Amino acid sequence: MLTALSLTLAGLVMLAVLPLLALGRGWPVGAVVHGGSLLAAAIFAGCGLAALLGGAPAPQALMPGSWAPMLLALDGLSAWFLLLLGLAGACSALFALSHYGRAPARVLSAYPLFLAGMALTLLAADGFTLLLGFEGMSLASWALVAADHEQAENRRAARLYLIFAVASGICLVPAIGLLAAGGEITFAAMREAPPEGWRAAAVLALVVAGAGAKAGLVPLHAWLPLAHPAAPSHVSALMSGAMTKVAIYVLARLLLDVTGPAQPIWWGVPLLVLGAASAVLGALRANLEEDSKTLLACSTIENVGLIAIGLGLACAFRAADLGALAALAAGAAALHALNHALFKSLLFLGLGEVLHGAASRRLDRLGGLIHAMPWTAAAVLVGAGAAASLPPLSGFAGEWLLLQALLAAWRVGDLAFQVLAVGVAAMAALAAALAAAAMVRLFGMAFLGRPRTPRAAGAADGPWPARLALLLPAGLTVVFGLLPGPMLSLAEGALQALVRQDVTERATIAAIRVGDGAGAYMPIGIALLLAVLGAAIVFLVKRRAPSGVARSPAWDCGFIAPPQHLPFGDPITQPSAAGLGQPLRRMLGNPVLAVHEGVTMPPPGDPSPARIEAGFADPSDRLLLAPLARLRDAVVVRTERLRDLTLAQCLMLPFGTLVALLALIAWLEAR
Amino acid sequence: MGFLWGLLTQVVHLALMLVAAPLVVGVIRWLKARMMGRIGASPLQPLRDLRKLLLKRPVLAENASWISRAAPYAGAGAALAAVALVPSFARGMAFAPLADLVLIAGLLALGRVAMALAGLDVGTAFGGLGAAREMSFAALAEPALLLAVMSFAILAGTTGLDAIAGTFQEGALGLRVSLGLALVALLAVAVAENARIPVDNPATHLELTMVHEAMILEASGRHLALWEAAAALRLTLWLALLAAIFFPFGTAPSGFAPLGWLVGLVAWVAKIGVLCLALAAFESAIAKMRVFRVPEFLGAALLLGLLGALLLFVSTRLA
Repeated sequence: MLTALSLTLAGLVMLAVLPLLALGRGWPVGAVVHGGSLLAAAIFAGCGLAALLGGAPAPQALMPGSWAPMLLALDGLSAWFLLLLGLAGACSALFALSHYGRAPARVLSAYPLFLAGMALTLLAADGFTLLLGFEGMSLASWALVAADHEQAENRRAARLYLIFAVASGICLVPAIGLLAAGGEITFAAMREAPPEGWRAAAVLALVVAGAGAKAGLVPLHAWLPLAHPAAPSHVSALMSGAMTKVAIYVLARLLLDVTGPAQPIWWGVPLLVLGAASAVLGALRANLEEDSKTLLACSTIENVGLIAIGLGLACAFRAADLGALAALAAGAAALHALNHALFKSLLFLGLGEVLHGAASRRLDRLGGLIHAMPWTAAAVLVGAGAAASLPPLSGFAGEWLLLQALLAAWRVGDLAFQVLAVGVAAMAALAAALAAAAMVRLFGMAFLGRPRTPRAAGAADGPWPARLALLLPAGLTVVFGLLPGPMLSLAEGALQALVRQDVTERATIAAIRVGDGAGAYMPIGIALLLAVLGAAIVFLVKRRAPSGVARSPAWDCGFIAPPQHLPFGDPITQPSAAGLGQPLRRMLGNPVLAVHEGVTMPPPGDPSPARIEAGFADPSDRLLLAPLARLRDAVVVRTERLRDLTLAQCLMLPFGTLVALLALIAWLEAR
Repeated sequence: MGFLWGLLTQVVHLALMLVAAPLVVGVIRWLKARMMGRIGASPLQPLRDLRKLLLKRPVLAENASWISRAAPYAGAGAALAAVALVPSFARGMAFAPLADLVLIAGLLALGRVAMALAGLDVGTAFGGLGAAREMSFAALAEPALLLAVMSFAILAGTTGLDAIAGTFQEGALGLRVSLGLALVALLAVAVAENARIPVDNPATHLELTMVHEAMILEASGRHLALWEAAAALRLTLWLALLAAIFFPFGTAPSGFAPLGWLVGLVAWVAKIGVLCLALAAFESAIAKMRVFRVPEFLGAALLLGLLGALLLFVSTRLA
């Protein structure tokens, strides 16, 4: 199986070369590249599923006779995330097949490399291969973010993204170095010698910063709301759905699996705190953003936060010897990672379809698309329902497990941890409810109401492959929502790697149980109940009531009919994106987001309209990016002085460096 | 055999709730009218209104989509499903294993989202205003609800409503300060979720102050009947939930107990009557608050829930 996967990786690299060969020859390479990517994604999903069902194959080298001992392995954890990558990648490739066939060569060749980098990160069995894949993924996705580089904002997003990607690398390389202090960089050897003392703390800080920056954890999330919307839609879907999960995988692999189960309770606290902060901040920002894809990117921050909470809880439970609860928390994280990958891909692709049809990402230029794009609207409604964690869709299953784990967190027994857990539980519930508000706002603005622009009125559904790319994840979102028990059993291997505990007796087809006598969630039962009661209501009401409906102009409290030249009514009489966000902006915005709102009135007698200006500032801009920018400027001013050095001073610099390096080597030899 | 009795109590429970829901709304209106010195409409008036509305053909806006047609059924279905899970006169109903408090919160959210989408469907200003406010209030109410659930889960060891009600009925826990705090928090959440005074005024149609009514302005005929029924069911659900958790006296145990059922029925009607009276008195005594004061109201509920859970930790440590 690993041979097949190695060959697939090689195939993806060859696909990346193809568009460069075809430059200026007019070959239809787009179809070949995306078709090949679709096939590769299908192989990933198939291999992941096979490994989850049939057990892990023995580790083997990436290529025979390579210059570095690059080991590949496919244990439960890798297989679970590979399945996720395959499913999200297949939807994305399917969508690209019908919309991005004519993309420029830099996009076409970076796309398969991006897929290959993610897969290599997941398959790596040693630190070097992991870093190789991770950096390949970062670099390829940077090229994709910069695809539309004619626009200044995209260039800015790509530059910020690259800086954060480099920062992740700078954190992860020493982390792997500290883990491999014994000299062996394979995960198996690292597991034998888990870090202790200051080394453990350093590894924790470096991995949380390095992988957390890639996943979008607060406070290192600043790039995410800029980069995800800048990329083409199928790439945004892959970045939000799969790439953040690959970062989560690195987090889980290094902090839960490789560093061994012997860590104390506080090991999970950073993940718990940052996860809760990300969940609330992301969900709150999603309610304020006015660009549909930025809104989805902020919702990704929220969901990554929820997954991080699950992982942090799993660490704490494991340290407190609460194996069953640790499996519950890890299961919540694994399940939510898969579910989020699917519904977020679906939402990004759906809004990508809207971007094609209605030519805008701004919510204030959309509206009424449910009439023009019924298929897209239905699929996005399913995705939005899952993102709003409504039962019985898949988002609710993960959220239910996570809340149950949080409700049981007091069993850890440490008073400080209990207090923390109560706070995190409140924040997780707040984030879930805020996400529901954000999703209602997204769907209501884009698909409901009246068209706000002529383009929105003239939109249409995409061709059938693109529709399939929406219907496939929508269907899986429903199915996974109904079958969380079997999915949890399937994730058994992953949970074994994370917490060394199995969940088989708690997860059946019909139900997931928290523990003996504690709560249970039966999605099929609740779906049946909803269906039967709904059908009974329809039957009873329709039997009594006269059939059909009458149509008339909207009542709207007697608002006057629009003038003739505005066939869809005056757009400004509809709720706007800022208006729908206003209650939350006023209620919750100020403590966190430094919201400002001001009305500029015309002078008396002037009939021009009053203008309302509202905005907010993410705290990470003020507290992290601005000081860093000042630091950069200061360093630049210092280094500029190097230009004025004399020749002798210039020669002294390399000489001094050489001496310092030799001294370092001598010191290391002496130890 | 046990399942059969469970099914029987479940069917009786559903019928009871369906009958009680319009009556609860009618009785509260009547009580409020009496307290304000008016004669008031008969408590049966909501039933008559529902019957009248059901016989009318709905009028939809020209640009209304299938959301407007499907949402009333989704909202009423979700409310009915949630109502089916909250025990009234007896425990051990057929759907009791499904009755998880987090799930009930999820079902209420499902109904809320259906209503907010229906409010946004036609693209009218009031619908959007109501939807935005409703979702925002829920965002503040839901953490408070979860913290109250946390107190129950710590005391009863589960989030299953049936088991919580059973544990509290046995009385082994005694009176606890945390439960008192959770009760106040849940009362505030219930007031907000049901759009009652001081959060929203169910009787008003003044545009700037309404939340719930703003979303269903465009609904008419059987659709309006369904929305009204869903609102009534939700109010009854919250009263029944409070009764089941905090006043579990007299509820019949699971299994075959005809005498217990009768006692439970009488006790439940009495409990709901008292709660209706309390709600009517509270609503008559207090004024509606400004929309942007509501976060303070719900924030206080959140803090009380937080305090309740913390007190539990401290007290279990002392014990």
